[in-house]
Amino acid sequence: MLVAIFADIHANRQAFGACLAQARGYGAERIVLLGDYVGYGADPEWVVLEVMDLVGKGAVAVLGNHDNAVDNAREQLNAEAQVVIEWTRGELGLPERKFLANLPLTRDEGDRLFVHSEASDPGKWIYVTSAGEAARSIVATSADATFCGHVHRPAVYCMSGTGKMTAFTPVSGVPVPLLPGRRWLAVLGSVGQPRDGNPAASYLMWNTDRREITYCRAPYDVEQAAARIRKMGLPTWLADRLFVGR
Amino acid sequence: MVKPLLGQGSIIDGFRIEECIHRGGMATLWSVSCPDLTMPMLMKVPKLGEGEDPAAIVSFEMEQMIMPRLSGVHVPKFVAAGDFAVLPYIVMERIGGETLLSRIGSLPLPYSDVVDIGVKAAAALNDLHRQHVIHLDVKPSNLMFRPSGEAVLLDFGLSHHVQLPDLMQAEFRVPFGTAPYMAPEQLLGTRDDPRSDLFALGVLLYFFSTGERPFGESETVWGMRRRLWRDPVPPRRLNPDFPPWLQEVVLRCLESNPAWRYPTASQLAFDLSHPDQVKLTARSERLRRDPLTAVLRRRFNTDLTRPSGPPALGARLASAPIVAVAVDLADEYADLNDALRRTAARILTPLPSARLACISVLKLGRMTIDTALDEDGHNKHIDRLVALRHWAEPLKLDADRLTVHVIEAIDPASAVVKFVQDNRVDHVIIGARQNSLQRKLLGSVSAHVAATAPCTVTVVRPPRVVEAPEPVDGGPAR
Repeated sequence: MLVAIFADIHANRQAFGACLAQARGYGAERIVLLGDYVGYGADPEWVVLEVMDLVGKGAVAVLGNHDNAVDNAREQLNAEAQVVIEWTRGELGLPERKFLANLPLTRDEGDRLFVHSEASDPGKWIYVTSAGEAARSIVATSADATFCGHVHRPAVYCMSGTGKMTAFTPVSGVPVPLLPGRRWLAVLGSVGQPRDGNPAASYLMWNTDRREITYCRAPYDVEQAAARIRKMGLPTWLADRLFVGR
Repeated sequence: MVKPLLGQGSIIDGFRIEECIHRGGMATLWSVSCPDLTMPMLMKVPKLGEGEDPAAIVSFEMEQMIMPRLSGVHVPKFVAAGDFAVLPYIVMERIGGETLLSRIGSLPLPYSDVVDIGVKAAAALNDLHRQHVIHLDVKPSNLMFRPSGEAVLLDFGLSHHVQLPDLMQAEFRVPFGTAPYMAPEQLLGTRDDPRSDLFALGVLLYFFSTGERPFGESETVWGMRRRLWRDPVPPRRLNPDFPPWLQEVVLRCLESNPAWRYPTASQLAFDLSHPDQVKLTARSERLRRDPLTAVLRRRFNTDLTRPSGPPALGARLASAPIVAVAVDLADEYADLNDALRRTAARILTPLPSARLACISVLKLGRMTIDTALDEDGHNKHIDRLVALRHWAEPLKLDADRLTVHVIEAIDPASAVVKFVQDNRVDHVIIGARQNSLQRKLLGSVSAHVAATAPCTVTVVRPPRVVEAPEPVDGGPAR
């Protein structure tokens, strides 16, 4: 089965639309959403409604820290993100806010785990940026493959039967085989705010029959997404960074 | 789970096990057959289990990952892989004949045989590098030859795929490879430099042409590390008749600094194929090793023992292309030849590792008997070489970046394409001779080359003078 996985959409309607269209073109049969549907971008309502629609049709969605901050004033974000979340609260209706508040932190499907940040303590929103953090997440779950986002930069980690860690930066479009006998953690790039120097939207396609994951890039109308951020009076750096993917 | 027992006659996933070909330290090779497939095949089964070296498992995982992604004549064709959880194996094409190891008893080989092995092995490495893989264990037992002549690389258990996770990197604190052939940077833990394979091939060429291993057989870490600062005995000291050009090529492969070796395998193959064009530096003249003072300076230079930054394989191959330019030296094409030179300069200037091969085709008559001398008694071949160097002179290329070639042929277009194929040229520059009588009679050479050369082709046209339009209906022309 072909599973399309999206992380960190961040209210970027243009990027999410481009990714969905590309993934459907590739024949995606199932959709998984790894959280942070809102924050940073200027179309939170459109994105959350789209996510609710996808979940209604069988997609899986988990909670991200920005989603959690909408109805939870204790959730701490950086100053820019905080400004946007306050604006976002005024954009989302009650059903959307209820939907976000009821999202689970993780989705455990036995041999696979979906989570926004990492598996050892999902509510602490720890960033996986090195093999050490990846190892902590891998040993905290019994799943062979964990998929997460939160970092906005693609990375693949695996642990061998003897506990040795391998870290790897995936190349777009080149399938990575998830070898059996090892345990894998795939950190996704971001749909709505890539930070790996490539402005194109990033997502992942998982071929469960071939046991291969492929990091994909979808170019989208950055101009339009940035114009929306400026029009809504959100911090202009959030618009500027989309052009460079930083 | 009960592991299936493996032995002659047993059937695994449709493959019937025939005889055992080889029992090695890390894996066993069986000849196998399958009713649906006619090609000879073998099954490689790793030694797994309690007490076995974990290296065997990881290296087999790497091979299972890399082999299905390789194609072409220089690797065994991949057929199938077994599930690791049940019985790990790889079924692949069985290449007939013996590996180069079988010739170790008859060393040293004649120089022409060694050069032939070098050209073919370098072509195979170039093809592998192009597919994003660095072999990292080039040695006689991993090289075979097809009946058609092409070299085949075996065993990708220590290889590095630039676009896949490197499971070996994590596993071992000791360098992995075969001691006499391992490049100095491999000893320091670098696994992503394609020039490590050129070093190993240099060791093989040295060994096969002299009968001596350039860095001995020591397997201790200390013994292997000596190659970081100690240069090998020059082959000409061992054999006074060793060709200087071949010493130049072999010692360049064996430079401890990867940046001083050939930038690509195809450039190495090019030099081995054109002995008369190899630039002879001090390397070719050396008769003794470096003095002890120089060795000691290198020994205590910590720069040598610090791995350099990771080179991007794709970028490296792209930055060191072999460019060929076909020049027609007739006077009537002076404008075209200027335009060709300008185009060559534009392509070569940003790529300091690129090299230029200038070709001139000496056309032979289909019916007439040609002589090497022209009417005035000059040697046509030599005259052309001189003229080609003169054409290239304004480009101011270093001698090791420029070669000139005169090819005698009846059909110029096919001759250019053959040169491109034989020398793995990456980019051809050729002029379009507009409105020439020859073109009207024979068809366009550049169009034929553009259509059939297996690489990028740039067709150059000098700016054309725009002619005034013909007056219409005999009306007054203004």
